[in-house]
Amino acid sequence: MMLDAIQTLYILRPVWAVLLALFVGAGLIAVAGVNPFDAYAALFTGAFIDYYGLAGTLVKTSPILLAGLAVIIPLRAGLLNIGAEGQIYMGGLFSALAALLLPTMPGFIHIPLCILAGALGGGLWGLIPGYLKAYRGINEVIITILLNFIAINIVSYVAGGPLMQEGAPYPYSNEIGEHLWLPWIMPGTDAHAGVIFALVLAVAIFLVFRFTTVGFALDTIGHNPQGARYAGIKVRRTLVVTMFVAGAIGGLAGTFEVLGLKYRLYHLFSPGYGFDGIIVAFLASLNPILAPLSAFFLSGLKAGALVMQRAVGLETTVIEAIQGLVIIFVAASLAFTYNRSYWTAFLKRRRMLEDTLDELEADRAGKQP
Amino acid sequence: MDFLLDTQALTDFLSTSLRLSIPIIFAAVGGVLSERAGVFNISLEGCILAGAFGAAVGAFLSGTPIGGLFLGIAVAACAGMILAGLAVGLGINQLVAGIAINILMLGMTSYLARLILGADATSTLPGFHVIAIPGLSAIPVLGPVLFKQDFLTYLMYATVALAWWFLYKTPWGLNVRAIGDFPVAADSAGISVPGVRLACVMASCMLAGLGGCYLVLSQVFVFTEHMSAGKGFIALAALILGRWNPFGAFLACIFFGLSDALQLRLQFNSPEVPYQLFSMVPFVASFLALVLFAGKVRPPSAIGKKYVRGGK
Repeated sequence: MMLDAIQTLYILRPVWAVLLALFVGAGLIAVAGVNPFDAYAALFTGAFIDYYGLAGTLVKTSPILLAGLAVIIPLRAGLLNIGAEGQIYMGGLFSALAALLLPTMPGFIHIPLCILAGALGGGLWGLIPGYLKAYRGINEVIITILLNFIAINIVSYVAGGPLMQEGAPYPYSNEIGEHLWLPWIMPGTDAHAGVIFALVLAVAIFLVFRFTTVGFALDTIGHNPQGARYAGIKVRRTLVVTMFVAGAIGGLAGTFEVLGLKYRLYHLFSPGYGFDGIIVAFLASLNPILAPLSAFFLSGLKAGALVMQRAVGLETTVIEAIQGLVIIFVAASLAFTYNRSYWTAFLKRRRMLEDTLDELEADRAGKQP
Repeated sequence: MDFLLDTQALTDFLSTSLRLSIPIIFAAVGGVLSERAGVFNISLEGCILAGAFGAAVGAFLSGTPIGGLFLGIAVAACAGMILAGLAVGLGINQLVAGIAINILMLGMTSYLARLILGADATSTLPGFHVIAIPGLSAIPVLGPVLFKQDFLTYLMYATVALAWWFLYKTPWGLNVRAIGDFPVAADSAGISVPGVRLACVMASCMLAGLGGCYLVLSQVFVFTEHMSAGKGFIALAALILGRWNPFGAFLACIFFGLSDALQLRLQFNSPEVPYQLFSMVPFVASFLALVLFAGKVRPPSAIGKKYVRGGK
C-alpha cells in the first residue's frame, strides 16, 4: 500500500519537476516587477481555455509532438537525435517541392504524395547520422547538430533563390494549390488536421513498442548493445532504420507546417520545434503515449506567452527561460529512481521503531499502577 | 581568389580568419579539458552564450571591458556548476545534461538581457583595444595578423600553450588523462575522480565563456540573442579533428576560421548569389572534415560513462 504510494510519487517525477520549474519561473517573473499569479493566469487561460487560444496551442502541438516522437524513438536505442530541427526543414522542403513542381492532379493523390515526399526528405536527413553512427562510430549528436545548420541554410537558399516568389519582400515560395490544404479541425481558426495525425502516430508507436518485438529490440540495444548482438538483433541495421524512421517523423512535422498552416515554403519557418521535441521526450519519460500530453503542455506555454505579454506586459522570452528550467529539473529528476528494496527496508525499520515505542509505552503503563 | 596575391588583402583575410576562429579555439580547448577527464561537454554552445551575456552585462554595468571579462567568466562558471552537478554529481547522462544547459542558457540570457540591458541593448559596449607588440608586429603579413591583436587574442595563445603543457607535462594533467581513460586505476591511485571531473568541467565552461567574452568585448561590442550561433558545436567537431589535443584542436579551429572568412569574402564579392549558399560553408566544412578525416578516432575510453566506485 505505502510502497505503491511511494512508487507513484516517483513515477510522477516530471510533474514535480514542472511544478518546481514554474515556481522558480515565478521568481523570474517577479524580478521583472510583474505579479506571477496574474502572469500565469493570463498564460494558462490564453493557452487552454480561450477558444482561439486553444486553437493556437493545437497548431503548435502538431510539429512539437512529431518532433518529440522523432527524439523518443532513437533514444530508446540510446541515440540522441538533436537533428529533428533539420529533419523538419528537409521535410518542409521536400513536401513543398512535391506540392509546387508535380503536375496538376486531384488532391486525394497529391496530398499523400506530398506527405510521402516530406517523410522521405526528413528520413534521408536522419539516415545520414544513423549510418555514420552505426558503421563509422561518429558521434550522432555532433553530426545531427551540424546537419541542422546545413538544412536551415538549404531551405533559406531554396526559398530565397530558385523557388522564391517574384517580388516577395523576404524569402518565401509561391502558394501551394488550395486542393492541398489540410482540413481544419476547429472552424474559424488555424488548427489543422496535422495534430490528429500526430496523435494517431503517437498511439501507433506506443502499440508497436508495447506489442511487437521492435520496441524490445530497441530497448535491448539501448541498454546493452553487446547483449543485443548475442540475442541476434542486427544492431547496425536497426540503428540506421531507426534514425530513418525518426527522421521521417520529423519530416512530417515540417510537411504539416507547409500543407496545414503556411501554404508556402518560408525561410526559417520552424522556430526551434526540433529542440522542443527534446524537452517533450524527457517530459514524457520517453513514453510515446505520454508524448501528446507533454507536447500539448509545452505548446500551451508557447501559445500562451503572447497572450501573457499583451495582458501583463512581460517579455515572451521568459517562456524560453522557463522551458530551460523545465528541462533542467526534469533532467535532474531522472537521477532519482525508485528503489523498491530501499523503501521496503525503510518502511520495515519504521514499523520496528513504532513497535518498540509501543512496547515501551506498554511497559510504562504496566509499571505505573 | 586574386586577393591572395595582394599583401594587404592577404593580411586582412588572415586576420579575419584568426578573429573568427578565436571564440571556437577557447571553446575547443575547454572541450578538450573536459572530455580528457571523461565528461562530454555538449554545453560549450550554452557556455559561450553565457560568457557573452555576462561580458555584455559586466561591461555595461562597470563601463570597462575587464568588468565584462570577470562577469562573463563567472556566468559561464555557473553553467559549468550546473553541468558538473547534473553529470558528475547526480550521474545523469552527460549529453542530456549538456543539451539541457544549452536550452536553459538560450532562454535565460535572452530574457535577462532584455531585462537588464533593455533599451540600451543596441548601444556599443566598451571593449578591448588592439595592442601591437613592438618588433614582432613589423614582420610582413604574419606580424600584423598574429601580433597586432587585442588582449584576449594574446590570452588565447597562452591558453592553448598552457593547456597543452598542463595535459602532457604536469602530474595533474596525467591524472586528468588517467581519469578519462581508466578511472578505476586513477581512483585506486588515490585521485578523486568526481573532484577532478568537477574541476575540469568548470574550467572547460569558463574557457568557453572566454570565447563568448571575445565575441562581445573584441568583435561586435553588443549582445544579441543566440549570438553563439553554433560556434560551440563547431568547437566540438574541431576537438574531435584535433584528436583531443589542445594544439590539434587549435589547428582545426584555424581551418574553420579560414573557411568562415572565405565564405564571408565570397558573400561580399558575389551579391547575386543567395548568401545562404555561403553561410553554410563552415558547417559543411565541419561535417565533411568529420566524415572524411575522423577515420580512426580514439576518444578517451571512459568518456560519457559515469564513474561509480566499485560499480559496474
